[in-house]
Amino acid sequence: MTEELDAGFVARQIAESDMLSEPAPGKHEVGSARRRKEDARLVTGRTTWTDNIQLPGMLYVAFVRSPMAHARITRVDTSAALSRPGVVAAFSGRDLADEQGSLPCAWPVTEDIVIPDHPPMAVDEVRYAGEAVACVVATDRYKAADALEAIEIDYDPLPAVLDMTEALKEGGPQVHEAGNKAFVWKFAAGDIDAAFRDAPVVVERTFVQQRLIPSAMEPRAVVAQTDGDSFTLHSATQIPHILRIMLAQVTGIPEHKLRVIAPDVGGGFGSKLQVTAEEVLLLLLARRLGKPVKWTESRSEGNLTVHHGRDQLQRISLAADAEGHIKGLRVDLLADMGAYLMLVTPGIPILGAFMYNGIYKMDAYDFTCTGVFTTKMPTDAYRGAGRPEATFAIERVMDELANELSLDPIEVRRRNWIAHEEFPYTTIANLTYDSGNYEAATDKALSLFGYDKLRAEQADRRDRGDPVQLGIGVSTFTEMCGLAPSRVLGSLSYGAGGWEHASVRMLPTGKVEVVTGSSPHGQGHETAWSQIVADALSVPFEDVSVVHGDTAISHKGMDTYGSRSLVVGGIAVLQACDKVKEKAKHIAAHLLEASADDIEFAEGSFKVRGTDSGKTIQEIALATFAAHDLPEGVEASLDSDATYDPNNFSFPHGTHLCAVEVDTQTGATKIRLYVAVDDVGKVVNPMIVEGQVHGGLAQGIAQALFEEAVYDAEGNLLTTTMADYLLPSAADLPDFVTDRTETPATSNPLGVKGVGEAGTIASTPAVVNAVVDALRPYGVNDVAMPCTPERVWRAVQGGVS
Amino acid sequence: MTRITVTVDGVTYEEEVEPRLLLVHLLRDRLGKTGTPIGCDTSNCGACTVMLDGKSVKSCSVLAVQADETDVVTVEGLSSGGEWHPMQRAFHEEHALQCGYCTPGMIMAAIDLLKDDPDPSEEAIREGLEGNLCRCTGYCNIVRAVRRAAQSMSGQEVVSGR
Repeated sequence: MTEELDAGFVARQIAESDMLSEPAPGKHEVGSARRRKEDARLVTGRTTWTDNIQLPGMLYVAFVRSPMAHARITRVDTSAALSRPGVVAAFSGRDLADEQGSLPCAWPVTEDIVIPDHPPMAVDEVRYAGEAVACVVATDRYKAADALEAIEIDYDPLPAVLDMTEALKEGGPQVHEAGNKAFVWKFAAGDIDAAFRDAPVVVERTFVQQRLIPSAMEPRAVVAQTDGDSFTLHSATQIPHILRIMLAQVTGIPEHKLRVIAPDVGGGFGSKLQVTAEEVLLLLLARRLGKPVKWTESRSEGNLTVHHGRDQLQRISLAADAEGHIKGLRVDLLADMGAYLMLVTPGIPILGAFMYNGIYKMDAYDFTCTGVFTTKMPTDAYRGAGRPEATFAIERVMDELANELSLDPIEVRRRNWIAHEEFPYTTIANLTYDSGNYEAATDKALSLFGYDKLRAEQADRRDRGDPVQLGIGVSTFTEMCGLAPSRVLGSLSYGAGGWEHASVRMLPTGKVEVVTGSSPHGQGHETAWSQIVADALSVPFEDVSVVHGDTAISHKGMDTYGSRSLVVGGIAVLQACDKVKEKAKHIAAHLLEASADDIEFAEGSFKVRGTDSGKTIQEIALATFAAHDLPEGVEASLDSDATYDPNNFSFPHGTHLCAVEVDTQTGATKIRLYVAVDDVGKVVNPMIVEGQVHGGLAQGIAQALFEEAVYDAEGNLLTTTMADYLLPSAADLPDFVTDRTETPATSNPLGVKGVGEAGTIASTPAVVNAVVDALRPYGVNDVAMPCTPERVWRAVQGGVS
Repeated sequence: MTRITVTVDGVTYEEEVEPRLLLVHLLRDRLGKTGTPIGCDTSNCGACTVMLDGKSVKSCSVLAVQADETDVVTVEGLSSGGEWHPMQRAFHEEHALQCGYCTPGMIMAAIDLLKDDPDPSEEAIREGLEGNLCRCTGYCNIVRAVRRAAQSMSGQEVVSGR
C-alpha cells in the first residue's frame, strides 16, 4: 500500500488515465489541464490534517465559552475541574492575563481608529456569545469536554448591541468604553454634488449584506509543542508566515524560536486568514505545561467563533442622464465589525471602496464607510472580502437603473462600461485597469445563454400569468485581485507588504524543488507551480516538487488570500527560474569553453549558438553539485530566490447570466441556467480554473439564496450548526455553464489574473437580479438576501418597492 | 469499558472502549485511521462516511460499540493491489476535489450510491449525495466523477466528461 505514496505510482496513475492532458511534444505545460499532483494523498486518505497529529504525552484543550453576548465576568472558579479524571490543568482569563497579550489588528484604516484591547481569553468582560472564558487541559478530548461543566462562572449581564444603526445613536449601550464607532473612512473623486444636481434619473437603494459563516469543511485545529527552548505550532491556517510574525509579537516568543506549520489545510475562504485566540492560547499552554497540546473545534464552536463575513448595510444612490449614462455614485456604508477588530477586519469594507464603480465610467464618486462595533463575532475576510459586497450593490443598482429607464439591463451596461479600446483605463476610484474586453465576454455569455429566447419565454409567461415566472439576472463584474502592490497597501495603512517569495532548488539528479511562500489549502499550487517551472526550466512536470506551508522550510512568504497566489507567487517562481537559468548559463559557458553571450537555452539544453555542442540543465546541475570545474569565483549552486512585488492589481472580469424560475405561489426559486464567462487572462491550468469558478459560483449563489448567520434579540447565534446554517448540497445547485475569454494581463509576464474569488463576486447579484426580474410584474423591486421561499412569497404578496 | 472486535480495512482489532466512544474517534484516535475526517457535530456534512458491513454510515453517528463484530472499510482500504478504486480514479480525473477534506466521505457515499443505482442520472447523483457537503467544488465535477466511475465500473467505455 505504501507504493501509493510513491511519486512514480502517481505518475503512472496519471499516465494510465485516458484524460491525460499531457501537452503534445513541443507544446507548453502552461495552458494544459494537468491532473493534480495533490490528489494522490487526498483520495487515499493519506493527508496530514492538523487534527491527525498525535504526539507522545499530548494533552487536549477544551474551552468554556460565553453563553451571553455581553456581560461582566464577576467570578471564575476552575478548582473543581482539577479533580476531574484526566484533568491536568484549568485556567481562566485572569490566570493568563499577564502573558496573553492582545489579538492583533494589522489594518488600522484611519489615524483615529478605535482598536480595543482584545484578550485571547476574556478577563473582565465578554462581548460576543462564544468568547473563550476558561479552559481545561486533559489527557483526552472526552475528558477535557467532561470537565468543562465543573468550572463555575458568574456573569453580570450587560445589554447586547446588535443593530448598527441603533448602535450609532447617542446614549445607547456601548460595546467598548470608546463607543461603538470604530472609524469613518472616506473617499471622493469628481464633483459629486454637480453629478446629482438636476440629474434626470436618481436611483436610491438600501441593500443588506447579510452576515455569513465561511464554513471551510475542515474545522480549525491547533497543535503546539515546545522543547523548552523553541516552539512549533501546527495550525489549520492560510497564513503560516504572517501568523508566525504576529504570534511572536503577541506572545513574546522570539520569532526565530517559533516555527509555524500549516500542514494539509481543508479550505479557508478567508476564514483561516486570521490570528486566532486559540493559536495564542495553545502556545501559552504548551509553554506553561511543557507538553504538546491540541485543540480541535467542533463545528458548533466554529460557527460561533470562526470570524464571520459580510454584514454591511449599503445605502447607494446613482445619478444618471436620461439615456442612462452614469453621472455620479454615492455610497454610504455601515460595516459591522463585531465586537473586536481582528487581523484585517476594518480593511475588508475598504477593499470594496475601490470596486463600487465596477466596470463603469462616471464623473464623480463619493464613498463613506463607518465601522461599527456590535456584540457579535468579529467579521473579517470571506471569499471576495469587500468586493462581493461592492459588486452586488453596483450590479443590483444597474438593473434598477435599467428598470427605471425601461432599458434592457445589458444595454444600460453597454452605455456605461469601459470599451476595450480604452484600456489601460484609470477609474473614478483611481485604479488603473490594465486590460479587459467586456464586450467579448458579454457577447459570448449572451450566446451561450440564449438570451433573446429566454427573454421571449419570460414575456410569454408574463402574458399568460404563469404562476411560475422566469427571471433573468445579469452581472458584468470586475474585481481587483493579486493582493497587492506594497506601496498601495502602505498608502492604505496596512501593516505589511504584498510581495511573494519563491526559491527554486536544482538538485544534483536534475530534479527540482520549488519553495513557495504562498500557502495553499485546496488551490492546487503543487500542480500549477510545477507547470510553470516545467516550462521555464524545460524539465519534466513530474520532476518538479513544490514545498510550502512550514516556516522552517519555506522561510519567507505572504501566504494565500485575495486571489494572489498565481499573480504574485507564480511570478516569483518564474523569476527564480530565470535566475537559475542565468547561473546555469555561465557554468555551461565555462564547461563548453564558450562565452556566456554565445550560450542559448532551448529545449532543456544550454547550447553554443550555431553548434550542436551543449549541456542539458540536468548535466549542469550535476556539474555544479560536483563543483570540480566551475568558473573562477562562481559558487557551487544554481539555487535561486526571488521576491516579487507586483506593480498593480490584476483585474479579472466577466459576464454572468442567471435564469431563475420563481414559483409565485410558494416562493420557491430554481436556477434553470447559469452561464459564467470569465476573463482571467492567460490560464496555467484550465481544469483548476474551472474548478475555482464552480466553487466560487456555489458560494455566491449560496449568499443569494441560502445562507445567513442569525442572531436573536439577545445576541445568541441561532445558526450554530450545519442543520441551522444552510450550506447548499449537490441537490440545491445546478450544473454550471462556464467558458472564458482571454485578455492577458499586461502587468505581469505570465499575463495571468486571479480566479479564486471571481465566481463568488459575480454570482450573488446575478441571482438576486434574476429573482427580482421575475417578480417585476408584481411590483417587486427588491428581495432581501437570502431570497428564501418565505421572503420571495412575502415580496409577491406585499410588493416591496 | 466494553470489549469490541471490529475489522477495519482488513485488520481485526480488539479494543476496550467506553460505551460513548464514537466510531470516528475509535478510527482516528485509537486505530490511526486518520484518512476519515470529521467536519461537523450534527451528522450533516458526511465527511466521516465509511462502509459498515457494506453500507455507508456517518461514523460520527455510530458508537464504537455498535461496530462490534462488523467489517468497516474506510477510504484507506479502497485500493487493492496498488490500484485505486475506480471512484478514487474518477475523482482525480474529473477534478472532483480541491481541498479534499470532504473527499473520503464523498467517495464512500458515492460508492454506496452506485451499489443501489449502478447507472444514476445527474439528478439521482445530486439527490443521492445530499448528505455530503463540499465547500470547494460546487459539486459539478463530483457529479461528473460519479458518472465516470459508474461507467468505468460497469465496464462501459469511458466517455470524456469534458
